[in-house]
Amino acid sequence: MARWLGTRGRAAAPYGLGLIAVLLIPALLNVIPGIAPGYVLYLVSLALIYAIVAIGLGILIGHTGQFSLGHAGFFAIGAYASALLTLRLGLPFVVALLVAGSVSAAIGFLLGLPALRLSGPYLAVATLGFGLAVPQLVIWQGSWTGGASGLHGLPLASLPLGAFTIVFRTDQDYYYLAAAVLIVLTIFARNVVTGHTGRAFVAIRDSEIAARAMGVDLVRYKTTAFALSALYAGIAGSLYAHLLHGISPEDFTVLLSIDFLTMIVLGGLGSVGGALSGALLLTFLQNALTRLPVVHDFKNLYIVVLGVILILTIAFFPQGLAGIARGARLRWATRTVDRPAGAGQIVELGERSGVR
Amino acid sequence: MLSVEPDILTDLPWGQLLVNGLALGSLYALTAFGIVLIFKTTQVITFAQGETAMFSTFVAFTLLTVFQLPFAVAFALTLLFAGLFGALIERVVLRHISTTTILNPVIVTVGLSLILLGAAGWIWGYEIRTFPAPAAGPPFRIGTVVVSQLNAVIFAVTLALMGVLYAFFRYTRTGIAMRAVSQNRTAAQLMGISINRMNALGWGMGTAMMGDVALKAFAAAVVGGLTSLPGAVVGGLLLGIFDSVVGFQVPELRNTIAFSLIVLVLVVRPGGLLGKHEVKKV
Repeated sequence: MARWLGTRGRAAAPYGLGLIAVLLIPALLNVIPGIAPGYVLYLVSLALIYAIVAIGLGILIGHTGQFSLGHAGFFAIGAYASALLTLRLGLPFVVALLVAGSVSAAIGFLLGLPALRLSGPYLAVATLGFGLAVPQLVIWQGSWTGGASGLHGLPLASLPLGAFTIVFRTDQDYYYLAAAVLIVLTIFARNVVTGHTGRAFVAIRDSEIAARAMGVDLVRYKTTAFALSALYAGIAGSLYAHLLHGISPEDFTVLLSIDFLTMIVLGGLGSVGGALSGALLLTFLQNALTRLPVVHDFKNLYIVVLGVILILTIAFFPQGLAGIARGARLRWATRTVDRPAGAGQIVELGERSGVR
Repeated sequence: MLSVEPDILTDLPWGQLLVNGLALGSLYALTAFGIVLIFKTTQVITFAQGETAMFSTFVAFTLLTVFQLPFAVAFALTLLFAGLFGALIERVVLRHISTTTILNPVIVTVGLSLILLGAAGWIWGYEIRTFPAPAAGPPFRIGTVVVSQLNAVIFAVTLALMGVLYAFFRYTRTGIAMRAVSQNRTAAQLMGISINRMNALGWGMGTAMMGDVALKAFAAAVVGGLTSLPGAVVGGLLLGIFDSVVGFQVPELRNTIAFSLIVLVLVVRPGGLLGKHEVKKV
């Protein structure tokens, strides 16, 4: 466990900055006049929850090269599992969160099995179908899932810590909860993708045949990638259900799956930090668009904007925001100050060969 | 899962469901045909097919209601529009997208479908419009089965289009060139065939095939085999019949069952029913 969640040296710097930002944001919001800190924190929490899904999806699409257009399905499974466990069985929030993640991961593993035989567009179609099927099954089994009207009145999330229990009541409490889960899962994702599992994922993405020739077990790693990304979506779904205190099948449309896809494309495929920034950016963009006074039909505008973002990113910045950031860092690192000419070029060649 | 009592099964109006299924399947088949056509010529599977079809349907709607054109003229103009539109999409967007990874075209066509969906909502609104029926009149009966004139027209038009396309690919220079490109791009290029022109043509013709919901058309294309044009027709018709029978039994699970069907077919035959499963080389 410690091995998976440990981080050392320079690699720890972004997490330190992230932690400082997480702790500063509520204080800053209280200082800025004219905004409702509670609402903004709720929005940030939502963005952080989406970021968890995006990181998981990024492992699947960006690192392993396996497409999914149905991640709203896993998100829904996590949300419903958690809601049913706390509402119907009265289980504590923490247990429900872990079970929801596990159930979603198990279904991800199962979906990964047919995926072994499918590739690229075929897989996209199959996962799209999965994403459509989940809400439909929820409505169909209305007697215990609440049907089209959904489940409401979820109990407050709480965390038992030895003698006393933390109860999450306000938007600020939920914000800290989402941020804590996100930080743990981000470190975990970074360690997975930079370790031998991640290298196996990238090998599969770049060439399945070459990966197999090098001894990468395709069955094991492809199903692992699916289960892992479903685990992230399931945990996020559980947090989502408790943040909103209620869910309904309408929350988990195909458009949400496309939202997740857009987050990682915009942020940069194959980058954990990219997935995070893409999720934050897109959630705030969506909210900003609803506030435009000129927009009467918000849904249209948002859909078109999503489409434009997808096309422009692939056409002009296929590496997304992460690629732009990498380029900027590279230019900074290789700026010509007392350096022999040509050194910058060598570094650049190294970066281009896909070492991340 | 499906708890269907045996006596209910025999009591189903099978003949009626079959006829309705064939008409519905024709629509799936046409859209699936477009998807396969584009895939075969350009190696891109388009996720925007349902939306381009919807866009074209609205154009036809406008031509019929606002401009009061006769149906045949509106139909021809819509086909022309869709063809040009598809070629335009290829020229403006897809030609500039790097296809080094298989993800790029998928992402871009998903983006296109969103833009088309939003734009159509903008122009024509979200309320359901009744499309003027091209063939009104009393339905005719075969035994106990009722066939509406609309269904008959849909089926006839599909058959006619298939015939025309078959002749096009079999006998015309351009059709043969398009098949050559789909078989071996490099060799075709060396023979002096313009890949770009064939790509544009593939998109144009593919988009001109009108149809219905995106997922069903995909399911049809995938079930039949993405590399096989007859497969798209077979897949479409099969799915149509399947859909009409399942829709009659458990309407709320239509998509779920379509999805299970796709996965099932793909696991057993990854290339689809009539398609070839391509073995990848290093």
